[in-house]
Amino acid sequence: MATAEEVAKAAERRDVRDRWLLSAPALLVIFLAATGPLLIVLVYSFLTPGSYGDVKWQFSPEAWISVFLERDIFDDTLSIAAAHVTIFLRSIKLSVVTTIATLVLGFPTAYFMATRSEKTRDLWLFLITIPFWTNLLIRTFAVLQIIRNEGIINTILLKLGIISAPIQILYTDTAILIGMAYVYLPLMVLPIYASMEKLDFRLVEAGYDLYASRFQVLRRIIFPLVKPGVIAGSILVFIPALGAYVTPSVLGGGKNMMLSNLIELQFGQGRNWPLGSALSIAVMIIVMVALLAYVRNAGRSGVRHG
Amino acid sequence: MAKNFSIKHQPGFTAIAATCFIVLYLPIIVLVIYAFNAASSTSEWGGFSLKWFQSAWQNTQVVDATLRSFQIGSIAAVLSTIFATMAALATTRTAPYPGLTFKYAAINQPLMVPEIVTGVALLIFFSRIKIFTGYSGIGYLVAAHTAFCIPFAYLPIRARLENMDLTLERAAADLYATPWKAFRRITLPLLWPGILAGLMLAFVISLDDVVITEFVKSGGQDTLPTYMLGQIRRGITPEINAISTAFLLLSVAIVTLFFFVSRKRD
Amino acid sequence: MPDKPDRNAIEVVNVSKIFGSGEGQVAALDTVSVSIRENEFFTLLGPSGCGKTTLLRLIAGFDFPTAGEILLYGQDIAPLPPFKRPVNTVFQSYALFPHMTVADNIGFGLEMLGKPKAEIKARVAEMLKLVKMEALAGRRTSQISGGQQQRVALARALAPQPKVLLLDEPLSALDYKLRKEMQIELKRLQHETGITFIFVTHDQEEALTMSDRIAVMSSGKILQVGSPWDIYDKPAERFVADFIGETNFLTAAISEMANGKARATLKSGATIEATVAQSFQPKPNATVVVRPEHAKLTKAKGELSGTVENIVYFGTDTHIHVHLDSGELFTVRQQNTRSAGCGFEKGDAVGILIGSDAAQVLKD
Repeated sequence: MATAEEVAKAAERRDVRDRWLLSAPALLVIFLAATGPLLIVLVYSFLTPGSYGDVKWQFSPEAWISVFLERDIFDDTLSIAAAHVTIFLRSIKLSVVTTIATLVLGFPTAYFMATRSEKTRDLWLFLITIPFWTNLLIRTFAVLQIIRNEGIINTILLKLGIISAPIQILYTDTAILIGMAYVYLPLMVLPIYASMEKLDFRLVEAGYDLYASRFQVLRRIIFPLVKPGVIAGSILVFIPALGAYVTPSVLGGGKNMMLSNLIELQFGQGRNWPLGSALSIAVMIIVMVALLAYVRNAGRSGVRHG
Repeated sequence: MAKNFSIKHQPGFTAIAATCFIVLYLPIIVLVIYAFNAASSTSEWGGFSLKWFQSAWQNTQVVDATLRSFQIGSIAAVLSTIFATMAALATTRTAPYPGLTFKYAAINQPLMVPEIVTGVALLIFFSRIKIFTGYSGIGYLVAAHTAFCIPFAYLPIRARLENMDLTLERAAADLYATPWKAFRRITLPLLWPGILAGLMLAFVISLDDVVITEFVKSGGQDTLPTYMLGQIRRGITPEINAISTAFLLLSVAIVTLFFFVSRKRD
Repeated sequence: MPDKPDRNAIEVVNVSKIFGSGEGQVAALDTVSVSIRENEFFTLLGPSGCGKTTLLRLIAGFDFPTAGEILLYGQDIAPLPPFKRPVNTVFQSYALFPHMTVADNIGFGLEMLGKPKAEIKARVAEMLKLVKMEALAGRRTSQISGGQQQRVALARALAPQPKVLLLDEPLSALDYKLRKEMQIELKRLQHETGITFIFVTHDQEEALTMSDRIAVMSSGKILQVGSPWDIYDKPAERFVADFIGETNFLTAAISEMANGKARATLKSGATIEATVAQSFQPKPNATVVVRPEHAKLTKAKGELSGTVENIVYFGTDTHIHVHLDSGELFTVRQQNTRSAGCGFEKGDAVGILIGSDAAQVLKD
């Protein structure tokens, strides 16, 4: 008969093996239909575009060069690709502004929710959860109907005689910004609320007891304690905003492209799959940098509160 | 008399919160109201009418897209929930073992990558496979949806498992239950609300997807959201409002159910 | 106390349990051996982290020993999984199945053993009666009080008629009065069922009042096994003497050992008679312990002398802390009467009388 120690070791080995078997289907599906293909994108970004889309199996750094640079068709000289740079900068700018806007609106909202009584808190959480799970396209469409020239904002302003001609909001960067702030607001509120709910308000009492003003309590006590939620919310807004496709497509029109529209173009009319691939990888890199910053920050605040 | 000092008060916060809730719901309410507009333009009110619901109902493209959405959504939700449940069982309530962190990262990976990038990647990969196998059916969409639904289904299941005391399974083992019997009689019934929540979440996520579907679908494989996106790009008719309203109703119903299932203790 | 010729239900032989590996290695149990007799109420007593719960888990089968054997009526059960051991556990948190009724919980073990439905039903009814819970058989376990949950947990563990019942601090979640009731209830159940109980607790009073025998544990080792009386009055080591009850430690030189008695010369120069183990080697710097209630305070001369430093009133008795002339501290416990005061005041010069059977020599 085996000794207890042998039995224990065998059980442990079997446990780890079973755990691998159990997770195998999920890992396999994710590898085949999510992670794995990303590697092919990386490969494609170093190939030559085919004449009718797809690629020729021939190495070429051209796609990566043309992410930021433009080759003159006559003398082959390289210059900054103004169009691409503009789109990169616009995407980053719009994503950052969206993040800040949702933070400015979302933080007080989360605070409001967290300071309700236990019973009503669930109701508020429910109210913020509904838009969160409502189709993003429908919500964008709802914004479209509000801000377009014939939408209710312009109609009301015209009827009141405040303006004589409709304000053109649709198909501008402002429209994209409004749309993204609108659709991503719940993504900011929920994680902040999650940290805020755990906040021990006796600490706030202690702050007031030690002569802090309301603003000092907010800045020196509440904010540092819910910072992990703020960082998580910012990441949750920034990443999808940077890769946003639906909102700029619907509210930005053809001219005000964001990165995702530029990428789509390369796989459609542009017929430059390698460039599209290179741009995708570039988006990934920006996202990874943001995530790394998050992980480092989260790690640090974790230690501080640990 | 001076107002009592409230430690929870912060000036202006309530006003901002109120604005947020109003702004979140106002566009949706307007959208729903205009779904019942008799006029064919969304800028004027032509009286109450159900005609846009009727016209959507008779539009075979809408019906096809809806059925396809449900078909993909239900298969993807069931598959991803089964896989996510297995993965959650494999990654919770254990001492760290080699590969555990890898599994967390791998399962959550679809959440970390912008949808557009995944969409492009799948477009490239699946177009190769289409050429290679000649198959161009709905399977690609199902596979893609299953993959990105897994991390969502995983979320509530894992959360529930982590709150479940391992001593209950120990107690079952102590009372002569084999590991399989303990799983069936103790773990599964207690995990069930989490699994249901995961299933509903996965279904909603699949139903909502636009970007990945847009890149992966072959011709004639529109789901309801991609069909709507195409229509919105072409110009707006109240029919879209009507479809959106029906869609909203379904989402709200599922979310409400989800909310109560996941809040339920024990 | 002579060993009874009883059979041993459990024999733990040189069992070690090491958690972790390399640098972070911790020995939760360090070559522990102990025998637990059939039908006895055996208690593992010690502070948290002493290894008592680990030992219980090894017997239950939730963990496997790193070395050693655990014999159940002579058969090594250490390699068996928990569901193959005729041993049941009452968990500290009760671990009642929240999605089942009280009756389903109690019947679970029998059901898993594949017993016929009629037998399960009869046995469940019998168990419900045993723990006086007949009225609540159909309730969910979340709908009953803590004390009732405790009874259900007991009934559930007893229902399959285990050879040994393990109880992991089962009373720690109950309030004081309920705990006292359950202590008596547990003794009754053990008596009625005739099952061997192994009880884990950190509460010395609980251990002393309920047990047939106690094993005192510390840092992964069993320091002393004996009857409550043995453990309290003849502590073998400083830890045991200190952990159980209150004790005065005095330094003394030991001489003239005979028949378990020895002559102890205290720092004050006075000599007293003390109980000593046969194996003890006489030495000049030994420790002698005297329980506070076994010494008497007097205004005349005693074996020890000192000054009253503090007087603490406890209702039933009074503790008088004395600063001895030798520099050591000594506490005397004096039973209170209804007449006012204890007869001493702070600052009084006092003598302490130590009776001939009051002192015990520690082996360290």
